[in-house]
Amino acid sequence: MEVRQSTPAGSAPGSADARLVQALRDGDESTFTELVERLTPTMLAVAVGYVPSRTVAEEVVQETWLAVLTGLDRFEGRSSLRTWVFGILLNVARSRGVRERRSVPFSSAFPEDETGPTVDPGRFRPQGDEWPGHWATPPRQWALPEPALLSREVRTRLRAALDVLPPRQRTVVHLRDAQGLDADEVCALLGIEPGNQRVLLHRGRAKLRQVLEDYMDEARA
Amino acid sequence: MTRGLEIDCDELVEVVTDYLEGTLDADTRRRFAEHLELCDGCDAYVEQMRETVRVTGTLAEDDLRPDMRDKLLAAFRGWKAGTTPSP
Repeated sequence: MEVRQSTPAGSAPGSADARLVQALRDGDESTFTELVERLTPTMLAVAVGYVPSRTVAEEVVQETWLAVLTGLDRFEGRSSLRTWVFGILLNVARSRGVRERRSVPFSSAFPEDETGPTVDPGRFRPQGDEWPGHWATPPRQWALPEPALLSREVRTRLRAALDVLPPRQRTVVHLRDAQGLDADEVCALLGIEPGNQRVLLHRGRAKLRQVLEDYMDEARA
Repeated sequence: MTRGLEIDCDELVEVVTDYLEGTLDADTRRRFAEHLELCDGCDAYVEQMRETVRVTGTLAEDDLRPDMRDKLLAAFRGWKAGTTPSP
């Protein structure tokens, strides 16, 4: 069973957030900078799915941070601070999308509900084989270094692959895997069903895995 | 001899995320686990999906453009100047 690291073990949920909010209220610039650096890339990636251009997405993110700051007194700690920030982002992005005549209800607007396998069928043995459906070209074990030692190239490639995922997959993978939100939080934020969330996550992750596999295979060659 | 092979590899790779999320029903979960014990290819695949999640987790802090950070910081300073309560 996978356990994600959404709350540091041992700390009461929300107490770290309460400290962050207090530091922001006190005008602590380094707290703000840290939060901005941690959340903004995902915020941009999510906003891009709702508005017509990168420029507008950047405006949405700026507007969101201002709304966060001016709305700090309304943060009640019922969700995590991150989830609260992404909730504001989605409200701003949706209303901006409407204004830009690009109203996009997350659950239905993108014609990206691909079906079909996430792994190239050519990698499996065909019907008629002694073991149909079993690996013909199995993946080989990786020996990836610790995250801090990962090469710039591998990260650059993975980021590029993440940026070109279909918007709904990109949004879900960003929120779940880059930010570490849990499934319930992501479903609530985006207004999607758990099963749909898992499909989007699976398809996105499978594409990113393939990019890493290609990279590892080239590195071996 | 079907033990562990009640799921084909091409089926297993499509339910990896359900497995990692803990949402497989008990029977499928058992067949999945039995298959993994016998199949190096699928074992590698599942591990690679975990690695992919781990590496994606290192991307959050990358690549915030300096001009974006400066704009946000300027906004923060403006907000602070406008709202700092007197002690």
